[in-house]
Amino acid sequence: MVSARRACLDDNALSTSRCAGPDRPPFILLRLHNLTLGYDRHPAVHHLDLTVAPGSLLAVVGPNGAGKSTLLKGIAGLLQPMSGHVQRTPASARMAYLPQQAEIDRSFPLAVFHTVAMGLWHETGALGRLSAAQRHRVQHALDAVGLAGFERRTLDTLSGGQFQRVLFARLILRDAPLILLDEPFAAVDEATTAALMALVQVWHAQGRTVLAVLHDLALVRRHFPLTLLLAREAVAFGPTDEVLTPQQLQRTRGMVEAFDDLAPACETAHA
Amino acid sequence: MPGNVLAALVSPFTDFVFMQHALLGCLALSLSAPPVGVFLMLRRMSLTGDAMAHAILPGAAIGYLVAGLSLGAMTLGGLVAGLAVVAASGWVSRTTLLREDTSLAAFYLMSLALGVVIISSQGRNVDLLHVLFGSVLALDRAAVAFLGGVAATTLTTLALLYRPLVLECLDPGFLRAVSRWSPVAHYGFLALLVLNLVAGFQALGTLLAVGMMILPAAIARLWVRELKRLLAVAVVVCAVGSVVGLILSYHLEMPSGPGIVLTLGGFYLLSLLAGPRGAVRARRVPALHLKA
Repeated sequence: MVSARRACLDDNALSTSRCAGPDRPPFILLRLHNLTLGYDRHPAVHHLDLTVAPGSLLAVVGPNGAGKSTLLKGIAGLLQPMSGHVQRTPASARMAYLPQQAEIDRSFPLAVFHTVAMGLWHETGALGRLSAAQRHRVQHALDAVGLAGFERRTLDTLSGGQFQRVLFARLILRDAPLILLDEPFAAVDEATTAALMALVQVWHAQGRTVLAVLHDLALVRRHFPLTLLLAREAVAFGPTDEVLTPQQLQRTRGMVEAFDDLAPACETAHA
Repeated sequence: MPGNVLAALVSPFTDFVFMQHALLGCLALSLSAPPVGVFLMLRRMSLTGDAMAHAILPGAAIGYLVAGLSLGAMTLGGLVAGLAVVAASGWVSRTTLLREDTSLAAFYLMSLALGVVIISSQGRNVDLLHVLFGSVLALDRAAVAFLGGVAATTLTTLALLYRPLVLECLDPGFLRAVSRWSPVAHYGFLALLVLNLVAGFQALGTLLAVGMMILPAAIARLWVRELKRLLAVAVVVCAVGSVVGLILSYHLEMPSGPGIVLTLGGFYLLSLLAGPRGAVRARRVPALHLKA
């Protein structure tokens, strides 16, 4: 097992995570204990230990099939662990999850305003009406992502970038301490990426914790202080410039083994 | 002349009680079936409605065997058979790698075959025709009351489930992340589908019951874009189509269920020609693209 815990729990010097301040004990927002997630008995994330401190801005990087999306689904509670568990704290009980665009029906003819307003679910529930104040906040979120004037447009008329802005406006309204982004900038142009990345940095500055699955390593190096390099198991975890080295990236190749029905059962002790 | 036309339109309903029942029953169905159809269409489940319509057949047939041509027994049987198929296929799709469409197809085919066996064991073709094609004109007072109850139940349930159901269609991952409503929305909606099919088969028969769901939804899609407008247009189109279909079938002496579905089918073909999002108008005026 890679020393994933070390990076945050022991290495208090990390300036970006608030693992510990001079007058504060180490804080934990989220902890994964020996977590194995997968489908049909095949692990996609294998025996992962990870501790995330509040306020982290963490990129999850790895080759296709490394289990990045699966990990986010596991943290979001959408997938039951095969073994191990996800330990949440009260601060991470409420989270905002951005699925990959492929999992969303972009042709659904719902108005932009109403789509964004779904982000207030934790306040309105399934039945509640939107108050005037809540409508105002929806409008404010639309302004923040640059979609003022799009309120009555339906989703099926939006471009990919506009649609991603809608989803980010919905994330703003979720107002969650923990935000999970699954390939937020896939199929999005540079201008939109810059605008949405600026929002992510606002969230970071507000002390929220952001975990983002990303493929653009240059973007990760520019904006993300922490990186988890994943290839079913954690290859490396820590400050981005220490993780994204040619040697570490080379190690991920070939670590994502073939899906093998004849593979023997994994004998690693269940913690 | 206008007087004659008016008489032709109104007299069937003023002269005959069975036509009044048919009118009320169809208007009630027009309130509940098209909204279900709109969500079926948006979830790309239009043919699921058709499959489910076949799945309720053995239940209705068993009800008929037990209690004769009784509304209550056949309705109850149809409901039980439909919900059993929904539950079984949902269970299979959650626990195996078969997708929902495949597991549903497997169960509805078994159900349909069972229904045909049950009906043929009785060997009277008239009854088979009644179950397969229904009869709007045979709706009695109790049947009309039942259709009204189904409409009220459907609209209430849709109003309660609206937000979860929209999210379940649009972004099920998000819905599951924020709440436990996902299975409620999914199975609640399928239960509404079964309820409306059972209601529809009283009037139109199992084979055509889907007609009052999918045709109005498809027509609405060719005219308007936004969800709430789709729902409203589908309801209005279905109501108008039902009334026109009833009047036509009365004067042309054809079965009224197919008359209604053919009328809606005619509206659909017209919409393909004339609707702003239809096949013809969108192609005939390519020069009229907008500036932005």
